[in-house]
Amino acid sequence: MLTTTLILGLVLGGTYALLALGLTLQYGISRIMNLAYGEMTLAAAFVLVALFQGLGLPPLIGLLVIAPAGYAVGWMLYAVMMRPLVARAGTSGRLEVDSILATFGLLFLIQGLLLLVFGANFTSISYLTHGVNILGVPVALNRLIAFGICLVAGGALVIALTRTRWGLALRAVAQTPNSAPLVGIDVNRVARQGFALGTALAAVGGASIATYQTFSATDGVIFTMKALVIVIMGGVGNVAGALIAGLALGLIETFVATAIDPGLTLAATFTIFLAVLLWRPQGLFGRG
Amino acid sequence: MNNFSRRAALRSFALVSTAASMLLTGGVFAADDTVTIGYAIARTGANATGAGITTIPNYELWVKTVNEAGGLAMPDGSKRMIEVVEYDNRSSNEDLVRAIERLASQDKVDLILPPWGTGTNLAVAPLFAKYGYPQLAVTAVTDKAPEFAARWDRSFWMLGGGHDYATGLVDVLAAARDAGTINGKVAVVSVADGFGIDLIKGARPAFEEAGFELVYDESYPLGTSDFAAIMSEAQASGADSFVAFSYPPGSFGMTKTAQAMGYNPAVFYISVGGAFPIYPGIAGGKAEGVMAIGGVDASSDAIKGYFAAHTAAAGNPPDSWASAITYASLEMLEQAVARVGLDHAALAGELSTGTFETVIGAVKLEDNQLRDLWTVGQWQDGSFRAVSPADRAGASDPIIPKPEW
Repeated sequence: MLTTTLILGLVLGGTYALLALGLTLQYGISRIMNLAYGEMTLAAAFVLVALFQGLGLPPLIGLLVIAPAGYAVGWMLYAVMMRPLVARAGTSGRLEVDSILATFGLLFLIQGLLLLVFGANFTSISYLTHGVNILGVPVALNRLIAFGICLVAGGALVIALTRTRWGLALRAVAQTPNSAPLVGIDVNRVARQGFALGTALAAVGGASIATYQTFSATDGVIFTMKALVIVIMGGVGNVAGALIAGLALGLIETFVATAIDPGLTLAATFTIFLAVLLWRPQGLFGRG
Repeated sequence: MNNFSRRAALRSFALVSTAASMLLTGGVFAADDTVTIGYAIARTGANATGAGITTIPNYELWVKTVNEAGGLAMPDGSKRMIEVVEYDNRSSNEDLVRAIERLASQDKVDLILPPWGTGTNLAVAPLFAKYGYPQLAVTAVTDKAPEFAARWDRSFWMLGGGHDYATGLVDVLAAARDAGTINGKVAVVSVADGFGIDLIKGARPAFEEAGFELVYDESYPLGTSDFAAIMSEAQASGADSFVAFSYPPGSFGMTKTAQAMGYNPAVFYISVGGAFPIYPGIAGGKAEGVMAIGGVDASSDAIKGYFAAHTAAAGNPPDSWASAITYASLEMLEQAVARVGLDHAALAGELSTGTFETVIGAVKLEDNQLRDLWTVGQWQDGSFRAVSPADRAGASDPIIPKPEW
């Protein structure tokens, strides 16, 4: 029983963590609170399905196309839409409010486009749905792959951020955006990279969700909510924190569903969220 | 004299465009030979999916069909083309109420078609009553339909209540248990939202009365996307029947999870979404034997013709629960108008007492409600066929146990 809970929880948590990685980068480094995040993941999910059904491209290959495309879209979005907001806000705290309002609008724009292009219907594909036995617990192969992608993407990101010069620049901008230029960092460029990378991760998250979950053009908000909870729990901009918080959330939800009552999963999530906000508002792994 | 300022230019542009639009709208309303029909439906937001599957394609198909045949027939034998006024209610009841208010008081449309969903129909029922429009609340599932029909005498409730569907399902399972094909244990999960709560409330006493034991009975919150834990508990419960009172995302998620973990109960029942045309695709082509809410008499010629027309117009077949009934409600409206015209009181009277030929057969409402309902259907040979009530003409025999995934 315990192994079942543990394995199912970890797999679920992995998908949560993958969903949150991009948002934590976008908010942590670029200071853009992206409310259209869920719509971006959804757009990638729709593109993956279109590639799979239209061109017969296997989803795992599709992922390799979607990730760089997500980066390019994020880059463009930052240059066209976010950069003016950043320039106008200067050093004041206006950017947060402005970006929330702007991405709130973007949310409806993307949702409208998705409805227009892909329709209101539920969308789903069947890809590697058979179960794999892990310590006696059957787990769908596509979910295992999503879990693997999460570990690889999250691990690579943690290493890149802590071990490379580029990662150092990203962290410098995340921590003290006003002082970073003093040591020769082009804040604008780094912030754009952070946003683009976040969008690429959102796209990867959405594309992997498309392989195992049914979704429709209006589901974006659900993804944004989940990602937001994890990002705030893990500490804004903290990639390792998001990974751990995501996994923890999956474990807690599965534990509550099996041991207590499936009706209380959401309540448990938000109770913990509330507790974090009250006693550790900087997040479990944020800098106090 | 060439200081033709931008402000003046804009003002003149505004004047011209106002004049033009007045001409245009004047043109629409001056023509007495059209019937204006309005609706405020969810094109965006959380209800867009349901409305986009069940309601919008049928409204559009019906308007197209009627207009291609020369228009809506009137009692005097003349025909008038339908002119549609449509608003997006953005899945918000405030917007919906405002739009209905506007349709009734400003656009002064001849008829208003209802929005999609139980809550939305309840939200606008007082408005329909206030302005006297008949309300064919077709996508509303509520056990309180008799009360509502009595309170608003021009409202019509056509999809039954949770109790109907719950008892319909229990009848199917009880017959299978009495025949010895399944045991007396049932695992049931329900979504903690209006619909799921209504159904489980009706189902618990019905199961108990029929002598079933609910060995697993849990609810899950709306928006749950992972069902691995729930399904593995249900599998371990020893029940032969798995019953889920679920919304489409849950129905689909549970199907996929059951397939991945090799969970093969003799009865696999899901609710909303199971009758959708995309369901076999979601089940990876292995929908055979899956039971769900709703159903149609798939062998009737009227239904076959309707499915073909819907597929040609919308690009996909209709869902096999509320779609056909939605279309039938429009046919009722069409025939009622042909008999008594557009007067709202006469129209409501005719809808309430008349008999109508529709795609779901001859329809006669009882106390403003459609009571001849299919409650349980099952995927058999690629069609979603009605299996309960078993004694109604057109019912198919259920396949129990369900073939393995």
